[in-house]
Amino acid sequence: MDEKLINHLVELIKRASTDLPADVVEALKEAKAKEADGSTQANTFDTILKNVTMAREAATPICQDTGMLIFYVYHPLGADTLALRDHIEAAAEKATKNIYLRPNAVDPVSGKNSGTNVGANAPYVAFKAWKKDEIFIRLMLKGGGSENVGKQYTLPDSRLGAGRDLKGVRKCVLDAVHSAQGKGCGPGTVGVGIGGDRGSAFFLSKEQFFRTIGSSNDDAELAALEDSLHEDLNSLGIGPMGFGGKTTVLDVFIGKQHRHPATFYVSVSYICWAFRRKALTLKNGEAVYHD
Amino acid sequence: MIKLNIPISEDEIRGLKCGDTVALTGTIVTARDAGHKLMVEERPEFLDDLLKEGVIYHCGPVVKKEGDKWSFVSAGPTTSAREEPYQGKVIDSYTVRGVIGKGGMGKDTLAACKKHGAVYFHAVGGAGTLIGQSVKEVLDVHKLEEFGTPEAFWVIRVEDFPVIVTMDTHGESLHAKVLAESARQLEKLLEK
Repeated sequence: MDEKLINHLVELIKRASTDLPADVVEALKEAKAKEADGSTQANTFDTILKNVTMAREAATPICQDTGMLIFYVYHPLGADTLALRDHIEAAAEKATKNIYLRPNAVDPVSGKNSGTNVGANAPYVAFKAWKKDEIFIRLMLKGGGSENVGKQYTLPDSRLGAGRDLKGVRKCVLDAVHSAQGKGCGPGTVGVGIGGDRGSAFFLSKEQFFRTIGSSNDDAELAALEDSLHEDLNSLGIGPMGFGGKTTVLDVFIGKQHRHPATFYVSVSYICWAFRRKALTLKNGEAVYHD
Repeated sequence: MIKLNIPISEDEIRGLKCGDTVALTGTIVTARDAGHKLMVEERPEFLDDLLKEGVIYHCGPVVKKEGDKWSFVSAGPTTSAREEPYQGKVIDSYTVRGVIGKGGMGKDTLAACKKHGAVYFHAVGGAGTLIGQSVKEVLDVHKLEEFGTPEAFWVIRVEDFPVIVTMDTHGESLHAKVLAESARQLEKLLEK
């Protein structure tokens, strides 16, 4: 085992768990500014922002639910991905010992918590080969409460009157965020995956969370839908923690992929206000960390 | 800001209403999914004194052990809705006066709050470090081996733990109100 690599990965986990990305903090400040001074909503944002600062300064987890560890590893051809996986597991165990993570890997049959965040398919790691001469590791910590409010729709959906087009997709997202209410620790950010099979549609919806808040979609039609949904979702008035208020979501990101002619899935994932993601570039033995 | 000491009398609890900001001081007990299932199915007696006119906290903390001493590092609330099938029975059988969590609870819990004199206190979800600092001391822990860290019953002493009443003893629920108002807006948006 390469101790240095393990330590870089522990540092990546520590940053993700204790230091909220700048774009997310900015969006939370903007949301606070929209609420009346002294209101429950403004006080809630104050608590959130104060907590973010305290967690960063003390290097303690922003939220006690340090989430599921989701890694996307981009690597040059020929990289030893089995060794990378071993190092990621060792880093997860060490980060748990260092209290940057809560033990969150539970055997669903025995009910036993492994105590290390390592288990069958935990941490989740996706490997993608690319042509660059460097390793790029993205990490997302996805809390369980926000994961539980995710939904998948099969279009057409007669309850919503949603057909197989972007209008139908829009209705699914409105319904999903409404049914989440405050349970996913709002204001959340919404990731949508259109097309693919049931499994890949959910992955696509979650991969959206590697985007930066405020970034616009490369696809003009999807970009327009993201903007109009952002406005419509905020008009639901669910607000921070579901207390009511002007900001129900911080942003909406939509991805698409080709579907089978017989299927049309819309997967909606929700990530809590504690939208924790960080990245690490490894090149020539140097480590560079990013939001 | 209303300051309350635990144990809380039934009169004090019935005096609270939705929207009140409260700072709680005293001994509380964490319990989540495995704990609630156990409280209903086996009703362990070791919780009797801890929960009488006491407060349950839906929380799976990040903890630290130095020597024999445990402390809380990050300890925000977890989603309460999962305890809905159990909460009313637990409030009744242990005479619980308050439940702290996030996301609110449903009709059965609201009815139990009214009938038995209890309220739902909403803490700010995700504010783990900040809330962790109002936990002054870990007094005891039960079922740690069996349930694991997040699910164990942690007995903690808190000072000025910040919460908002979102379900009261008068049948009011802020969650039901926001749900109904947002449902009306959803209807309009779906027609567009």
